[in-house]
Formats: sequence, structure tokens, C-alpha cells
Amino acid sequence: MAATDAQTSLRHAFGNVLAFFILILIGVLAFSIRLFSVIKYESVIHEFDPYFNYRVTQFLTKNGIYDFWNWFDDRTWYPLGRVIGGTVYPGLTLTAGTLWWILNSLNIPLSVETVCVFTAPIFSAFASWATYLLTKEVKGPGAGLTAAVLLAMVPSYISRSVAGSYDNEAVAIFALIFTFYLYIKTLNTGSLFYATLNSIAYFYMVCSWGGYTFIINLIPMHALLCIVTGRYSSRLYIAYAPLIVLGTLLAALVPVVGFNAVMTSEHFASFLVFILIHVVALVYYIKGILSPKMFKVAVALVVSGGLAVCFAMIAVLVAMVASSPTMGWSGRSLSLLDPTYASKYIPIIASVSEHQPPTWPSYFMDINVLAFLVPAGIIACFSPLSDASSFVILYIVTSVYFSGVMVRLMLVLAPAACILSGIALSQAFDVFTRSIKLQLPSLSIDSPVDAGDGSSESVVPDDTVKTDKTEDTQKERTSKKSRSRKSSSESVEKPSSKSQIKKRLSVLPLETSIIAIVLLVLLGAFYVVHSVWAAAEAYSAPSIVLTSHSHDGLHVFDDFREAYAWLSHNTEVDDKVASWWDYGYQTTAMANRTVIVDNNTWNNTHIATVGTAMSSPEKAAWEIFHSLDVKYVLVVFGGLVGYPSDDINKFLWMVRIGGGVFPHIKEPDYLRDGQYRIDNMATPTMLNCLIFVETDGKAFDRVRRTEIGKKHFKLTHFEEVFTTHHWMVRIYKLKPPKNRIRGKTKKSKSKANPKTVSKRKELKRNPF
Amino acid sequence: MKMKLNLFSFLFTFTILSSHVLSISDLILTKVDRRIDLSTQIVRTTTTLKVENAGSDIVSEILLSFPENHAIHLAYLSATLNEGRGKAKPSSGVSLPYDEVVSPKDFPNSLKVYSVTLPKGLGKGDSLTLDVLAVFTHILQPFPEKITQADIQLLLFQESAHYLTPYPVKVQSLTVKLPDARIESYSKLENTKLQGSELKYGPYQNIPPFAYLPMVIHFENNQPFAVAKELVREIEISHWGNVQITEHYNLVHGGAESKGEFSRLDYQARPYVRGASAFRRLVAKLPPRAHSVYYRDEIGNISTSNLWGDSKKTQLEIEPRYPIFGGWKIAFTIGYGLPLQDFLFGIDGKRFLNISFGSPINELVIDTLIVKVVLPEGSKDISPSVPFPVKQRHETKFSHLDIAGRPVVVLEKNNAVPEHNEHFQVYYKFNRLSMLREPLMLIFGFFFLFVASIVYMHADLSISKTSASYLAKIQWEEVQATIHQVHTIISRCLTTHDKLEASLRDLSRTGDIQACKATRKSVDSSLKELTKELKSPVTFLQSSPQATQILPKVEEVIAKERDLQERLMAKHSTVVDCYEKKLGGREIENRVASHQQKITALRQEIDDLMDLIDEI
Repeated sequence: MAATDAQTSLRHAFGNVLAFFILILIGVLAFSIRLFSVIKYESVIHEFDPYFNYRVTQFLTKNGIYDFWNWFDDRTWYPLGRVIGGTVYPGLTLTAGTLWWILNSLNIPLSVETVCVFTAPIFSAFASWATYLLTKEVKGPGAGLTAAVLLAMVPSYISRSVAGSYDNEAVAIFALIFTFYLYIKTLNTGSLFYATLNSIAYFYMVCSWGGYTFIINLIPMHALLCIVTGRYSSRLYIAYAPLIVLGTLLAALVPVVGFNAVMTSEHFASFLVFILIHVVALVYYIKGILSPKMFKVAVALVVSGGLAVCFAMIAVLVAMVASSPTMGWSGRSLSLLDPTYASKYIPIIASVSEHQPPTWPSYFMDINVLAFLVPAGIIACFSPLSDASSFVILYIVTSVYFSGVMVRLMLVLAPAACILSGIALSQAFDVFTRSIKLQLPSLSIDSPVDAGDGSSESVVPDDTVKTDKTEDTQKERTSKKSRSRKSSSESVEKPSSKSQIKKRLSVLPLETSIIAIVLLVLLGAFYVVHSVWAAAEAYSAPSIVLTSHSHDGLHVFDDFREAYAWLSHNTEVDDKVASWWDYGYQTTAMANRTVIVDNNTWNNTHIATVGTAMSSPEKAAWEIFHSLDVKYVLVVFGGLVGYPSDDINKFLWMVRIGGGVFPHIKEPDYLRDGQYRIDNMATPTMLNCLIFVETDGKAFDRVRRTEIGKKHFKLTHFEEVFTTHHWMVRIYKLKPPKNRIRGKTKKSKSKANPKTVSKRKELKRNPF
Repeated sequence: MKMKLNLFSFLFTFTILSSHVLSISDLILTKVDRRIDLSTQIVRTTTTLKVENAGSDIVSEILLSFPENHAIHLAYLSATLNEGRGKAKPSSGVSLPYDEVVSPKDFPNSLKVYSVTLPKGLGKGDSLTLDVLAVFTHILQPFPEKITQADIQLLLFQESAHYLTPYPVKVQSLTVKLPDARIESYSKLENTKLQGSELKYGPYQNIPPFAYLPMVIHFENNQPFAVAKELVREIEISHWGNVQITEHYNLVHGGAESKGEFSRLDYQARPYVRGASAFRRLVAKLPPRAHSVYYRDEIGNISTSNLWGDSKKTQLEIEPRYPIFGGWKIAFTIGYGLPLQDFLFGIDGKRFLNISFGSPINELVIDTLIVKVVLPEGSKDISPSVPFPVKQRHETKFSHLDIAGRPVVVLEKNNAVPEHNEHFQVYYKFNRLSMLREPLMLIFGFFFLFVASIVYMHADLSISKTSASYLAKIQWEEVQATIHQVHTIISRCLTTHDKLEASLRDLSRTGDIQACKATRKSVDSSLKELTKELKSPVTFLQSSPQATQILPKVEEVIAKERDLQERLMAKHSTVVDCYEKKLGGREIENRVASHQQKITALRQEIDDLMDLIDEI
């Protein structure tokens, strides 16, 4: 007995060490698969929002935390400014700032940029470990490891966490999974320690991402589900109530959330369930101390009285909710509930491509084979159904819905898909390998696993197969229960003899098992190949540097930074630069110049003003920009190199957003027969508007494959001061007012000037 | 300008001249040949002086004078003795020490005077030839000061056609080398000749001292006017085999400022007409075997650069992010690593770094050049030695895992030109063992981390071993262990029950009564043993106060299990009896039915209870 004990404990120790090393390797994998962007491009911050976060982090590291909370940024939203400290989710910034501070106090001189670039890969390693913990709570360490591997390279998450993608989601996904893990852990153990940790993890999530509302709605849903299905227990109470109380208090500490934590409708579900769970707890308590008869009487009393109170409260709630204009819901949340909401009422939300509903291929792109494994995982979660597995099922169902509404929320689906696929894969492997093991007698004797618990098995002959049905069903039921309560990892490791027997029942033929294993491995290999491809090719481009392959090699289009560098070195520090809001964050971060609007989009009117200016004729635009004290106008034109997301393609959104506030801008004025075109068939309004005039430079537009409708003109109120090498960014300067009259006379002259024509012709031959 | 001389020379002793009263000695310049090179933004004046001592005293120094408006732009001055008859290269001679002196009273104002000390005094009637190289920056004035993109850059250069000197000159001539481009205008004095791109003034004869004949040249020059407002070169020595050089440039186009609009269309269509004065690329000559070269600015890598190298040099061609027009600015950083053994040498216990001072970029004017030499942590007795005057200070830099910080020698030089690209030395002492400190720190750091985690895993960190809660916890663990024991025993009982049942089924199939009886016996004995085994845990549970809650359940299970045992035995004996009596299947079933029902019910109850216990 002692010998076998020692043997099993050694085996456990060995298994633990193995699992530990596998986890370390998973962390390394998660980190290194995200380094393609650094290797293929460079260690640089990507895209738009990360630049803002980077800038905030720079401010934090330079000026300290107190200045950060009080930071009023006058470099953006000129002349309004923006209170950064109170409107930003500080989790990511504080995380990277802390990392930087620790490294620097250890005299490891990494720049803030480097820390920011590598924050996302580090946290994706953490996220895969958190996935391991969560899945281990649900279905044991095997499933945990599988899920962690899957999450380490799920393309959807890679898309938001490659090195350089310094965005809130990078740390938020870790926080999300970790919060869920702690919730499940609390649910399984009923420990207040974990409940407290859970609310702290929730606090971190609130700090990091607006997506925390997903947690604060999903956990109440699960609690409700447990109550409704009669799974209420003290553990559920401990898991739920402290989270709501502490979590809400902590969430209210984050300036950007503040009283929203109790005032907005997103949080109401949690409070309702909070009340409900207390009612249920009370009922259970009373049931415990009263005799069944007395209890019935009490129920009758309470229900009649309680219903009245409930209705009153619901009425009050409904009145409160209805009194606020958006029913107390923020625009983004509303568009989640009603997918058509945004396109109807808030063009600025609809204009962001990541707020659009995804297409089917994007599911395949982002979660790949997991989409096929998820149903199997759901089935595995149902047998047996436990509190933890029901949570996972609820998680996948809700996240599938949300991802169907908004592409961006595919990110929330990815961990759920990984967990369920991990469960499915590990269960499948479990069944197949066990079938193989049982059918290879030599193996079963050799392996100490069977020797350990074989005492019961080897004696029991295969007559168990013929057990009468009543017993069988009984066993199934009991084993279900026993397994469902087998929450702590300890009990998972030593399944009772009954489940052993049950396992023996599901023996598959040897050949089938082998083939199935081979197929599963192939499926996994396909997933790995796809993920690596996605990480290397699809999601690594930093989007500020564009590359294109042609027959004569690689072309690099570094025009954005060229323009920003020019702005930063050759304009006055206090000059204001107007551009469409997409480029606001980059301009403030890279060029360090004041912008009128940026990606924060908090003030629709201001954006509409810029949109109106862009879609107005030159003189009107000059007046609008002049009134905003703008000195330079930055426009993006992709026509020369074929860069599709330029200002002309975004133009209709400018018209829509501008028109939403200033009614004289009408979308039909810019469309010819309902079509958006820029060639000579375009409408005169279109051909005269500023954005069109400014972006134009060449006769042929490669993006839209058309000849530009209007070519030879001379600007009277603006002058070109800089254009980048591939013409992608063009910067115009507002001419001072006194030049206006002289400019007009020039215009008429230049029309007759044949020189310009020849110049254009020459340009056609230009290899660029 | 306070000058402290730090001249390193192999042949001549080191002399520091304090300023003293100068008297104009009776020197005569028998021949003066001046060549002014205006082809780049840096103006280089090479003057060959043939000096003859006409007086009786031995003369040991020669005065050189410059007008003040030129002297403030004087970046570099060197005088070498030309001993050979033929045209020796200026570099072959050894530069003589010179010093700025207060101009004597009888000198005209607004003159800066430098005195060159001769290696040995010039006796009566002796003569020698002196080559003087003076390098000026910022003395070419753009005129007009602002040009459009289409204009060319025109420059104005003012000089004296006569050599400005305190000595009488017998014969002199001036050659001005201009770039191969248009010459707008030039002062037409006597004996002025324009040959190709060379402008010749002279020869002039018997010119008295301090003669000044102004002349102006207005000419086109589209050479890059790259001026580094500030250049910080950081040279970091690692004794692991690398010298890392990082150069932060802050460039500006120092030529005529660009005004009006910039049209990329025009620039791309005809870059050398529209934007002739703009510069697109710079060439840097790095030392051979330079590696890990990078070129970036604060917003990331700049992809427009080329690098090629051979055994003699590494050439880096960099293109700024945008073409630099007049007045436009740009900032960027170049970094590269060099092999340590090429630059670090040892000499009697000391080590010294021997590396070039200036920027590797060709024809670059540097307004402020700051060279920082970062020595390894623990270096002592640091003394730099630079062949020209520089400002010095010391700093400390904290880098990877430093505790005390690395000593940094900061050398600052204003108005540096490529002529300053001389090697300088920094001497210091460094113990080789200090190299191992940081790796050891890491090793010990990780070692202690692991030790700490091992200790943490194995130590009992509860605060008090006698506190009630701790004891309760230990007791509770014991109780749990006991309950677990009970659980396993009962489940073993249940398995033996299953055996009994199985034997019954065997019986129905084979009719082997004897075997069945044997099974019963063995089962009976094993059950008895199990019951014995159960005793000790149960007594423990009964004694333990922690187990009061669970005890009833455990006892219930045990009781039920015993009941079940009896029932099963009864059933078994009944069935066996029936078989012995050869009764029909239905009869057996009838007799067993009551047992069977109870058994099923009991079994289920036990299972439920077991689950309950298991949960604890």
C-alpha cells in the first residue's frame, strides 16, 4: 500500500512537473507567435488606438500617476480639449507603466515604446495560463492544457495582441478569462478568499476595457440559471454576492466608469439577480428551519406580499430606465441588443468597420476549426452538467450571439471557443486512448495506471457489460452526480470505481480509435498551420507601414510616418492640424501636433464640423477651418499606390456624419444615381468638395480604377506644403486671408496655362 | 574663447603658451599661395606661406590673422611645416601648436590673431614654408535668403583678395574653386581670371601688412547644406566584445530657406530642377566590420537606407524620411556596433579607447557635438585625451543591472567639421573580474528565487501553531482523511457485493452451485475483514469533536451497508437454496423479489450517502 502510494504520489509529482513545463512552453508559444510583426516589420506601435495608449503611457511614465488622473489634454479636440484621466480605461496604461517602472528601477533601460510593444504578447501568455486554470476547474487539467494551447494561437486573439498592438483588448482578454476562472473557482470551492480575488480581478477588468459589462451580465445570467435549475447552493451565494458588492464598489472607483456602475442599465441585471439570490437564500434558510407544513404556509404568505413589492420595484425601475433618453444604455451596448440600432441612429459607431456584423468567412478565419469542435465541447459539457460547465455553455452561447452582432466581439468568443474545443479534444482523446489502452492487453499490464486501480477492474470480468438496465441507469445517475460535484481537482484525479466502470462501457474498436486520433491530430495540425499563417501574414501588418510585393521585390510605403515626421519637425509646436478622425491619435502621438478630432469620437458635433468642412467647397471649407484655427489640413489619398482605406473611400461617412448635424450636407448630392463615383460622371458637389480637390493629384485612381473626373485646377485658399513619396498623405496649409483675392485671379490664368497639361502627361510616365 | 591646449604630438614637446606681449618680428612673406574651396558648404582655405626672417632676432612664432567676422566661423585651423621641396601633402607634415593671442595694440581692430609656434627658431635670413589650413562654416550666405521650390540656391562669399597678414607680402595669389555651376557675379579686380570653375586673383606683388581688398562672389551651389544643430554620439564600451555607437542627429538644411508651396508632382517629375537645393540622401562612412547598423527616429525604423561594406570601410547611405528643403529639419538616430579589439588597447596596466571623434557623415557641419564615452561599471582613473580643445565633464549612466552606474566622459565641441574626425583616446583602469559581476548577480538572483519558492512550498507558514483555528484545521484534515478511508472501505464493500451478485448471475448461467458457494464464503470473509477495518476509523470519528456533524451520516451508511450485506447474503442463500432444490426461475424470482427490492433501495440510499460524504 505504501509502495503504491509513493508510486502514485511520484506519478502525480511527475505529472505536475510535466504540466508545469507544458504551461511554460505554452506561454513561450503564445508570446513568440505574436512576434511576427516585430520580425517581419519592426518593433513599432500599430494602428490607431494603440498610438493613443502609447501616448498616455508616455505621459504616465513622465509625469506620474497623479498628473495622469488630472490630465487635461489640450492637444486634441481643439478647442475643447479632452479630460484624459477621466475618460480613459486606465488598466492597460497602468499595467505597461508599472512594467516599465519595475524594469527601470532594476536598471534595465527599456524604452516605454518597447514595453508597450511587448505588453500584448506577455499578456496573451498570461491569458493562456488563465484559460488553463479556468478549463481545469471545469473539466480537469487535460482539457485545461488543450484549451491553453488552443488559446495561445487562436487567430482572433492574435489579431488584437500581436507585438505592437497595444490596445485595451490585449490585457482585457486575460482579465476576462481570469475573472471567469476565479468565479468558477469560488463556485467550486465556496471560498471567500477566491471571491475577494474575483472582485479584484473584476476591478482590473473594469480598468482595462469597456467589455467588462459582458462579465457583469454573464455572471448574473449564470447565477440566475443556477437558481432556476435548482442548483442554488451556498457556494453560488459566496461566488456571486461578494463579487457584486465589492466589484461594483471597486468599479465605481475607476473614473471613466464612476457612477455608471450603478446608474446605467448594463448593470441592472446584476442587481436584480443580487436581490433574487438573497430571496432564494432566505427561502432556503427558512426551509431549513421550518417544518414542511409551516414552510408551505410561509410561502403562501410571502408570495402574496412579495409579489406586490416586486411589482412596485419593477415599476420604479422601468420608470427610471425609461426616463433616460437611450433607456439608460450606451450606444454601443444598444447596438449589441439591436443590431440595426447603430446604423439607424449613430453613424459614427456604424462607420467603424469593427462594429459591423461579421461575415461567415471571418468566423473561419478567426476561430478556424474551433467552430467545428465547439458543438462537441458543448455536448461534453452536458455530460455531466455541473455549475462550472453550465457557465461555460452560457458563455459560449452569449458570446456567439455578440460576435454575430459586432466583429470586434469575436474576441470574446475566441476564449469560449478555445475552452470548449479544448474540452472536446481532450475528452475525445481520452476516449480514444482509453479504448486503445484497454484493447492492448500488454500495455494495460505494463502501465502502472491500471496496476494502481486494477484491483477492482481485473477482478471484475466483462460481465459488467451485461449489467441489468436498472442498475446501469442508476449508476449513470449517481455517477453523473458524483462527477458533477467532483469539482475540486483532487477528486478529478481519483475517479470512483463507478465512473471507471462507466468508462469501460464506452470502449470503441481499436481501428476506429486509431483513425479517429490520427484525424484529430490532423485537425489540430491544420489549426496550427492556419494560426501561424494568420499570425504571420494576416494580422502582423502594423498598418502605418504598408508593404507590397511585386515582381521587382518588396516595396515599403512608409508615407504616414513620413508625413508625421514632417509635421513634427517643420511646423510650429502649437499649429493645429485638421484631418478625418481616424488619423487624430496618430497625429498627436507621432507628430505631436494639436488635432481637431480624434479616434475617441466623443463629440459627434465636432466630428460633423470636420466632415462638413471636408465635404464643402473650398471657400466654405476654408472658413470652417479658419474658424477652428486650423493651420494645416491632412488628407489621405490612396489612389496612386492603391491603398483602399483612404479619405475618398471614407468620404461618404464624412457626408453622413456631417449631414447628421448640419442638414445642408445631403448625401444624395454626392451620389450619381445612388452610386458613389468620382470620375467625370460624378456630381458637381462631389467634384467641388474639399476632400476631393485635395486628394486628387493624378489622372488615374488605382483604388477605384477610374479616371478622376476633374483634373486641372488650382487651389485658391489652400496650398500644398507637403506630399509624401507615394502621395498617400498630403498636407495643405490654409493661406492667410489677404491672399484670397490674388489667388482667384491666378486661378483663371492657370486654367488657360498649357504647361500644367504637359506636366500631367509627364507624370503618367513616372514609374512611381 | 578660452583655449587650453591638449596637443598630442610625437616629435615636439607639449607647449602651453600663455599670452604675452607680441612684437611684430621682421618677417617677410616671400610668397603666399591661397586656395579657397567653395564647392561645399564648408569653406576650406589652404594657404602656403613662404616665410623669411629679414630681421636679426631669432623668431619662434608666426602670427596668423583673420577678420573677426570670419574668425567666429573658424572651425578648424592647422599649420604644418612643409619641409620638402616638392608639394608635400598637408597631412604628411606635423601640425604645429598654435594659440589664440590678444591682438597687439598696433594691430587694427576686429582682427583675431593666432600665433603658431615654430619647432625651432627661425634665424636671420632663414626661410621656411608653412601650410595653413583654415576651415570655416556658415560663411556662405544664401542670397536671396528665401527661394521657392523651382529656384536654385545662390550664395554669397566675401573675402579679401589680398592676404590679410601682419607681415609684408612680396608675391601672392588667390585661387577660388567654385562648384561646376552658374556664377552669378564676382568682383572684377585687377588680374582676375575665370578658368572654368576656378577664379583666380593675382598675382599681386609687394603688398603692405594688413592690406584688405574686398571681393564678393555670388554663385550657385546646390550641394547639400546639411547642418547638425546638435549631434550626440554615445560610445558605449562593453568588455564582452562590443563597442556600441549611437548617434542622435538633429539636422537642418542650412541653405536658402524654402518658401511657398511644395509640389510633390514637380519634385518627382524633375527632381533636379524642382528642388535642386534639397538633399535626399546622406552618406556615412562607418569603420570596417561595423555590424548591427540601424537607422531610425523616434517614431520607428526608417526603411530608406543602404549598407555595403568591404574590409576597409562600411558605407551607409541613408535617406531621410522626406527630402530636406532649405530650412526644413529632421531628427534621426544611427546606431552600430564595432568589434572591441579594433578600438580598445592596453598599455602598461591601463586600457585606452582609440576612436574617431566626429560624425561619420560626409561634409556635415556640426554646431554642437557632444561625445559621450560610456565606460564599463567599475572603471577608474579615467582621463581623456583629445587633439583639440573640448569641454569636458563627467556623468553617470545606469544601464543593464548597474548598481553604481557607469562612468561617462562627456566631451563637447562647438562647430565641428570633418577635419575633427581625428582619433581621440580615453584612458581608464578596469578589472577584468568586474565583468562577471552582472552574470553572477543574475545567477544568484534566480537561485534565491528558486530557493525561496522551495522553502515556501515546504514550509508551514501558518502564524501560530497553537491557535484554535489552526488546530481545528488540522483536526478537520484528519477527519477528512478518516472519512475518506471510510469511504474507500465502503466502496470496497460495495464491490464485493457486486461480486456476490455476479456469482449469482454465473449461477443462473452455468448452474455451478459449488462455485457460487465458494464465492459466498470468500466474500463473507472479505466482508468481515472490511468490517474490522472499519472499526478504527469509526472510533476515531466518534472521538473527534470535528466529526459530530458528519458522524450520523457515516454511521447511517455503515448501518445501511450492514443491512445490505445481510440482505444480499439472504438473497444469495435463498437463490442457492432454490437452485439446490431445482426450483423454476419464476419461483426464484418470487422468493427473491422482496429482498431484491430492499437491496435496490438500500443500494441507492448508500450511493446517495456516499456522494454526500464524498463531498465533504
